[in-house]
Amino acid sequence: MTDTLLEIDRLSVDYETARGDLKALRDISFDVRKGEIVGIVGESGCGKSTLISSILRLTAPNTRFRQGEVRFKGQDLLQLPERQMRNLRGADISIVFQDPMQTHNPVLSIGQQMVDIQHRSKASKAEKRARAAKMLGAVGIPDPEARLAQFPHEFSGGMRQRIAIAMALMSEPDLLIADEPTTALDATLEVQIIERLQELQQEFNCAILFISHHLGVIAELCDRVVVMYAGAVVESGDVREIFHDPKHPYTRRLIDCDPGHIKERARVLPTIPGEVPDLANLPGGCIFRDRCDQAMPRCASHVPPLIQLKDGHHAACWLNHKEAAE
Amino acid sequence: MAKSRTELGQIVTGVARDPLGLMGLIIVGTIVFCAIFAYWIVPFDPVGMNIKDRLQGPSWTHLLGTDQLGRDTFSRVIAGGQVALQVALPAVFGAMAIGLTLGMIAGYGPKWLDNLLMLFFDTIRSFPTVMFALAVVALVGPSLQTVVFVVMATSIPTYGRVARTQTLTLRNSEFILAERSMGASMTRILGVHMLPNIVGVLAVLAAMDIPTVIALEAGLSFLGLGVKPPTPSWGALLKDGYSLIRQTPWLVVGGGLPIILATLGFTFLGESLRDVVDPKLRKQR
Amino acid sequence: MSLLNVKDLKTSYGPVNVLAGVSFTVEPGETYALVGESGSGKTTVIRAIAGLAPAQEGSVTFEGREIRGASERELRPLRKDIAMMFQDPVGSLSPRLTIRSLITEPYRIQGMKDRDLDAEAKRLLEMVNLPAHFADRYPYQLSGGQARRVGVARALALEPKLILADEPTAGLDVSVQGELLNLMNDLRERLGLAMVIITHNLNVVRHVADRMGIMYLGRLVEEGTTEAIFKNPRHPYTRCLLSANPEPDPDARLERIALKGEPPSLLRRPKGCEFRERCPFAQEICTQTPQWEVANGHGLRCLAPLS
Repeated sequence: MTDTLLEIDRLSVDYETARGDLKALRDISFDVRKGEIVGIVGESGCGKSTLISSILRLTAPNTRFRQGEVRFKGQDLLQLPERQMRNLRGADISIVFQDPMQTHNPVLSIGQQMVDIQHRSKASKAEKRARAAKMLGAVGIPDPEARLAQFPHEFSGGMRQRIAIAMALMSEPDLLIADEPTTALDATLEVQIIERLQELQQEFNCAILFISHHLGVIAELCDRVVVMYAGAVVESGDVREIFHDPKHPYTRRLIDCDPGHIKERARVLPTIPGEVPDLANLPGGCIFRDRCDQAMPRCASHVPPLIQLKDGHHAACWLNHKEAAE
Repeated sequence: MAKSRTELGQIVTGVARDPLGLMGLIIVGTIVFCAIFAYWIVPFDPVGMNIKDRLQGPSWTHLLGTDQLGRDTFSRVIAGGQVALQVALPAVFGAMAIGLTLGMIAGYGPKWLDNLLMLFFDTIRSFPTVMFALAVVALVGPSLQTVVFVVMATSIPTYGRVARTQTLTLRNSEFILAERSMGASMTRILGVHMLPNIVGVLAVLAAMDIPTVIALEAGLSFLGLGVKPPTPSWGALLKDGYSLIRQTPWLVVGGGLPIILATLGFTFLGESLRDVVDPKLRKQR
Repeated sequence: MSLLNVKDLKTSYGPVNVLAGVSFTVEPGETYALVGESGSGKTTVIRAIAGLAPAQEGSVTFEGREIRGASERELRPLRKDIAMMFQDPVGSLSPRLTIRSLITEPYRIQGMKDRDLDAEAKRLLEMVNLPAHFADRYPYQLSGGQARRVGVARALALEPKLILADEPTAGLDVSVQGELLNLMNDLRERLGLAMVIITHNLNVVRHVADRMGIMYLGRLVEEGTTEAIFKNPRHPYTRCLLSANPEPDPDARLERIALKGEPPSLLRRPKGCEFRERCPFAQEICTQTPQWEVANGHGLRCLAPLS
């Protein structure tokens, strides 16, 4: 598999807290190939943010890597010296954050900030500025030359998020991590951002790890999807497989819950009753058991392994095991 | 009421868990204990003279020696702690209460009132504390009350400004809008909803301010502008020690050490308190 | 008589006129949704109704009584009948109060101290399906969904006739969003509440609103029954909003009508139709200013409507 760019291999991460170890990520495995868009779906508390900070190694001081590797181009990032890691961030791996209002330095002009992030390049200042203008144009900011002189507060939220994307793509990264980049935006702008990302991904041929809780956006944008629940991967596979033939009850019910799915006015909308289990005090067996409508006795005692069902389609549920059904 | 007790309990345990906080708690606790029970702790009358035992070094009878009038320095240090707290606590808490009230009114009230109060704060702040103290002492003469008044008056703007900024930030938060939408009165909004969210920040400020005030009282007494002799005060001890330093070093030690300890103790406590009270940090705990 | 009648409501902050004349009515027991992008003025509308934002011109009547510009004292008795829900589920709860104090706050504000507040707290928590022991918790100990339900409980405490809800599903997970909408639908039927919901999430509107208005730059551009608007949007802006709704199906690439750019600045309102510069269907005639026209209960501000 030479075209694999990022491999998360059995990654487990804990947070040490006063209440005991919080098992934020457990046995996470998935990979991102070159030039593909992988979506990570999950609700609050599923471990999305821990996953991102683990990949970038920007974790809180009480983080403990218990096991596993994060291989980027074959190299385990968790073992890399900090200096090399710093060279990687913003160059080979870039990130776009959720809140466009807080990602830019308010006292520097956009042009200055876009020139500053090219500090690794040996080009002249004028060349860097020209490149900055070109990137702004590429993300659809009209009149880019003039707008370089403006400050972040002079741009709307949607524009700022596009500038953030332009800045993330400046270094032509191999991997772009987008952490809920459209959540803070209106639906109309959300669509504009998604379409722009699709175009840019073609142009730059970078892989995108797109994190979102918005199923519609994931369905529209991604090639493959990883579904996370309470710190574990419950299902992963091709976007069509996941949305048309989900093999984990959580995925299936999550899709059912999306009101975008229900065309006629419904008196009662589907929900998933119950709460995400306490990560500091995990129950035995399957983590979704308490909220699952198809739970079996076996689910209470044995953790279902993430197994391959079809080519590339993985799920962690006993329902997919023949012997369990009997 | 049960609520505030458990919250106070949480804060105390939080502070005690932090090593520096624990140290601060112990030092401050000791000082407060000594101040409250000074009358029973002191081995000698702090103002009782005994000329034939004057200027002694430390011994088992006089732990820190005696001064030029034969008064027991240890007893004077303990009693001086009482004086220090008698100045610091009312001055700081008075300033905090007045500053909090004025600051919240400035932050929540109409714009003209805000401008007026800010002008008032800035006017007070523009006086240097010592100059102000000199002027007041010249007018009414030195006493414990004068020191309390001077310190209180000059610290009000600090508390007022912090309270005002906090109020301005909270003013447009959704929970205050929610209260307004239910028809809550201004006093209710300020007293029930804003105050508990502001007072923590100010309490931290106050804890950090107490050593400054203790040092200020000592300084004023050192200059002869503070409490009147023979009332024992750490500043007065230092002053006596300073003039007698050739005869005995123990008076300076007796006056200086408690000031240093009190400063450290209250600062540790204040810093630790800040970490515990800060709502942003608190959420993560 | 309508329960709420908003007529030509105008609000400006200095030179920025956020609301340029908004009119709509809400009947008893009806749910009305205001939809629009951020900056369309929808939040200002409901805040102005509740007296939390200024409104220099126009009128707001509640049960026939004029309440625009009323003083806090005059509004106080009305606060029983109009309750609000805010966007941030946790942030709209006073952080140092227990849930019990929070949901019984309306009784205390209205001076109904003779009530058994503990019993009321229990009743309200039960109504929104939260366990009774939640009464002793603090807001920061709640999840978004739980905090939102506390907000609903508080809004319902005084049995209001009208609820003004600002993005009631914002910040909620999809699996919880449905629970909240079901709860609100259920309570509305049981208690006969009227609601004004503002949101940019059209998926939500479809399931809760009877009628809806689409706002653009502080004006309504289209209004009608939810069914009619979803089935047959007449204003190009409405059409664009509806098509900008990604569906959870990778094969449903609907014919999307691209909306160009972003809303213009309120300081430089475009001449003629204000949507013209972004409109994919703009025509010659659109340089003229469109008027609000109502036909068969369907309001429209467009010179070149879609059929």
